[in-house]
Amino acid sequence: MQKLQDIAVRVEAKESSESTVDHANAKPVMHEVLHALKRLKERGEVTTIDLKSMPFGPGDEEALLSYLGCGEVTIELQSLGKSRICETFYPGVWLVDHYNATGDRIALSIEINRVPEIVRSQTEDISHAITRLEQQLNPDSTA
Amino acid sequence: MAEELNPMAKTLGESLRQSGVSRRGFLKFCSATASMMALPPTMVSAVADSLEKAKRPSVIWLSFQECTGCTESLTRSHSPTVENLIFDYVSLDYHHTLQVASGNAAEAAREAAMHDNEGNYLVVVDGSIPLGNPGFSTIAGISNLQMLEETVAGAAAVVAVGSCAAFGGLPHAKPNPTGAVSVSEIVKDKPVVNVSGCPPIPTVITGVLAHFLTFGSLPELDSLGRPMVFFGKSIHDRCYRRPFYDKGLFAETFDDEGARKGWCLFRLGCKGPMTYNACATTKWNQGASWPVEAGHGCLGCSEPDFWDTGGFYNALSIPDSDVIRNAAYVAGAGVALGAAAGALNRRKQSKAASEHETVTIDDLDKRS
Repeated sequence: MQKLQDIAVRVEAKESSESTVDHANAKPVMHEVLHALKRLKERGEVTTIDLKSMPFGPGDEEALLSYLGCGEVTIELQSLGKSRICETFYPGVWLVDHYNATGDRIALSIEINRVPEIVRSQTEDISHAITRLEQQLNPDSTA
Repeated sequence: MAEELNPMAKTLGESLRQSGVSRRGFLKFCSATASMMALPPTMVSAVADSLEKAKRPSVIWLSFQECTGCTESLTRSHSPTVENLIFDYVSLDYHHTLQVASGNAAEAAREAAMHDNEGNYLVVVDGSIPLGNPGFSTIAGISNLQMLEETVAGAAAVVAVGSCAAFGGLPHAKPNPTGAVSVSEIVKDKPVVNVSGCPPIPTVITGVLAHFLTFGSLPELDSLGRPMVFFGKSIHDRCYRRPFYDKGLFAETFDDEGARKGWCLFRLGCKGPMTYNACATTKWNQGASWPVEAGHGCLGCSEPDFWDTGGFYNALSIPDSDVIRNAAYVAGAGVALGAAAGALNRRKQSKAASEHETVTIDDLDKRS
């Protein structure tokens, strides 16, 4: 049998700078975003699109993210790992990107909303904050 | 057992709050869980409500005639990690490969889990069960059949993980020297969920366990006992190369122009049209890629008897490309053709299964 190094390997240059992949699965998601944005304006309806459930081919996700771009607001959330939340180039369209404590992506979605739900202070956390503040201001009363 | 020592006594919401996790963190956890269970994002609040009250179920994992590939797959699950799974979702009380205890102590752990959680624990099985001779596969001197029957008796449900437990898998391949059978051929009086695949996708394993934890019930199943959310659509239906099939553009060899341009791999033996699994969306290795994206056709590993369906590189039926080119312009035609190809493939599969064709290296060379 031939040795591995005896096999001639020829590296082919890319035919052109243009990719042969047409990113066909990114465009329909952009249409979905457009319709959701119209519903948000007209009826205040919130839409979330889970990008992890999309049958994306190579380059589709990157193409979609570059179509959406990055806008004026970027928020970093530190809870059970990092989350990066940014308003895209299109106001009302947010990219919500969650990571776990070891830095692996655990969820990626597009939320069409005025402010993503997870950014708002949650009622349970507000109640907890009141208790903690009261304890801090009146340390004797809790003994 | 003292209540504070019993992790089953606390709900998931309570234990997360106790470890200082905010509601925001909990909602993030729920978003990831809903995505993992392939639920629509609108279900996140329902998932949060249920998870708040959920208690971690006890899980007993039994390994029979298997290669440990299913456990390898599970331990490479990144969302959640296996640590998350063990600490947040389930109480994994018995697992040969992962547990610290061995010998009598290990068997005692299994018996204690069965006794303490009578009627409520989950049994996960990987590997098939040999009926030919009990001595073919034993654990602590107990035959696989006896251990399965004994452990399942007090279980709430059984999850058969991997194609061996679900359908017999490799040990069941002809001539099936050990008389291997699947879990569902033995367990008739308990719900059995088949999470097939060789190995199964890690998030599909954890997704089923998370579903049981979240809703206290098992997900909706297809005719082969597999969860519909993951196995409801064929690889072909969700393949990003599907538009090339519809246009009649196929790779004919693994290094031709079509292969380089990412055309359909049907003619190179891709079993996508008759295989139901979530690889095309969930992908592998943290969503990095999956077989078709890597340039190799689907082997059909989540279908029964996939070892006995002829060569992996045989196109099971060659579609008439002219017909496809014409039909591609008719809306929905691709779906019908895909279904027809699937039916043809199944017929050819059963023929190949009965003849059990032997393939040599020379044959493969000729074909590629």
